Amino acid sequence: MSERMERRAVISGAAQSEVGRRLYRTGIDLTVEAALRAVEDAGLTTADIDGVSTYPGFGGSFGGAMGAELHEALRLSLNWRSAGVETAGPLGAVHNAILAVATGLARHVLVFRTVVEGSGGPLRPGSGGGGGGGMAGSAGPFQFMIPYGAASAACWVACYARRHMHDYGTTRSQLGAIAVNGRANAVANPKAIYTDPMTIDDYLAVRMVSDPLCLYDCDVPCDGSTAVVVSHRDYAPDAPAGAVGVNAMGTAIRGRPSWDQFDDLTSMMMRHTAASMWERTELTVDDVDTAQLYDGFSWLTLAWIEAMGFCGKGESGAFVEGGVNIGPDGSVPLNTSGGQLSAGRLHGFGHLHEAVMQLRGAANIQVPGCEVVAVGAGGGPETGCLLLTKGPS
Amino acid sequence: MSGDNPPRFVLASPESEFYWRSGADGRLRIQRCGECSRWVHPPGPACPFCHSRRVGPEPVAGTGTVATYTINRKEWIPGFTPPYVFAFVELDEDPTVRIGTNIVDCEIEEVEIGMRVEVLFEESGEWHVPLFRPAVTEGT
Ligand SMILES: [Zn+2]
Repeated sequence: MSERMERRAVISGAAQSEVGRRLYRTGIDLTVEAALRAVEDAGLTTADIDGVSTYPGFGGSFGGAMGAELHEALRLSLNWRSAGVETAGPLGAVHNAILAVATGLARHVLVFRTVVEGSGGPLRPGSGGGGGGGMAGSAGPFQFMIPYGAASAACWVACYARRHMHDYGTTRSQLGAIAVNGRANAVANPKAIYTDPMTIDDYLAVRMVSDPLCLYDCDVPCDGSTAVVVSHRDYAPDAPAGAVGVNAMGTAIRGRPSWDQFDDLTSMMMRHTAASMWERTELTVDDVDTAQLYDGFSWLTLAWIEAMGFCGKGESGAFVEGGVNIGPDGSVPLNTSGGQLSAGRLHGFGHLHEAVMQLRGAANIQVPGCEVVAVGAGGGPETGCLLLTKGPS
Repeated sequence: MSGDNPPRFVLASPESEFYWRSGADGRLRIQRCGECSRWVHPPGPACPFCHSRRVGPEPVAGTGTVATYTINRKEWIPGFTPPYVFAFVELDEDPTVRIGTNIVDCEIEEVEIGMRVEVLFEESGEWHVPLFRPAVTEGT
């Protein structure tokens, strides 16, 4: 296999700020907290940081802080900075950092995603949010959904979940296995939002939001920031907590870039994104020790499980039913820090952080001998993924 | 939905304005390419298939099939009183033309995937918002 440029990069540091339902702290305050911890974790100082990358950045209607704000707040001296929302989902900020390091534009890039959705305002037309950054207040693609009261990604994802149930016999109890698994794992995560025990009966009894999605199928908005440092692999031996290798990244968006016009109503763009990741590696799905797969809505995790190839198309319901396969002792331990359903909507970066902890052997619920982790984040047309390894790939 | 009509928040673009006005004469219109005859939705400045600029609105029958749907139990937007059905309808002329809409004039429990539906329009200010109801003008 020809050289994969992403393998020139490693994740040398990772950290989170305080995370809470409503912290009433500013986005940049949380960002600085996470960033300084991540730089220290990487064994660096801010003088070593020569790149910044974030999602969504300026103009992103659900962003917590701009890249330039962190640049200024820490008075960094940068060779490269990037922020944007038109990426392969939130992990696009990591992809961009990897490319900057791989091409020599920067050596140590501070990457962050900050959310202040817990103490932010409720969803309404013009406020954005819910996966539709900039969805209202413009005559863009969401003009065909807002007039029908479909103002949240919950409404759109529910339509896919319904069709998946119709075509493949997926049940609500199977969907609920994602939520119950997340809650069980969140108990061990001191930063998780919800840690009260949840059974499948609790799940089935809670109120519906956008049928077939109930309240527990939707993640919990929160405040918090996650930061990682992406460094050149030359630095790996010096990373005090151990460097995490980037084996492959998945960025493909081969279908229509649309929540409502995607060709298959039982899968989303992650189908292409995950396929493109596997095209870039000699590893296979059987090599994956744990999966950290986006659960902004529980059905998105089913879509990711199928897209990654942990089971066949349409088989994810049966695969997760009862939670055995995806539990800590299962074949694919899933969302081992609780995911977004219980640990808070850190927008894919909670999953990324947990992947780094697993590969360091420092997770709260540690998968023994963890060497390969698949991370997938996003839903609809905004999806991206990473295949990470213990040590440089 | 019951009672008063909900606020529709139509924000048309120059390309889509015809879509939201089309119902004034009771017909639904979809953009079609004058070169390759393919239907295009959402409408744009050129045909995405052959890239011809000769695109324009053309009437369709206004009949289709429910591809999938959700029953909203939460008031996502003030004025949209739950429960209400948001659905993707695939048009008979071309099932890849998928329209987001509300299914009305029936009990929400009646809505199902594969259900035959037909268009009707709700006036909202200057706009005629396409909605769908169970098909009554055709046999089942
Ligand atoms: Zn054409």
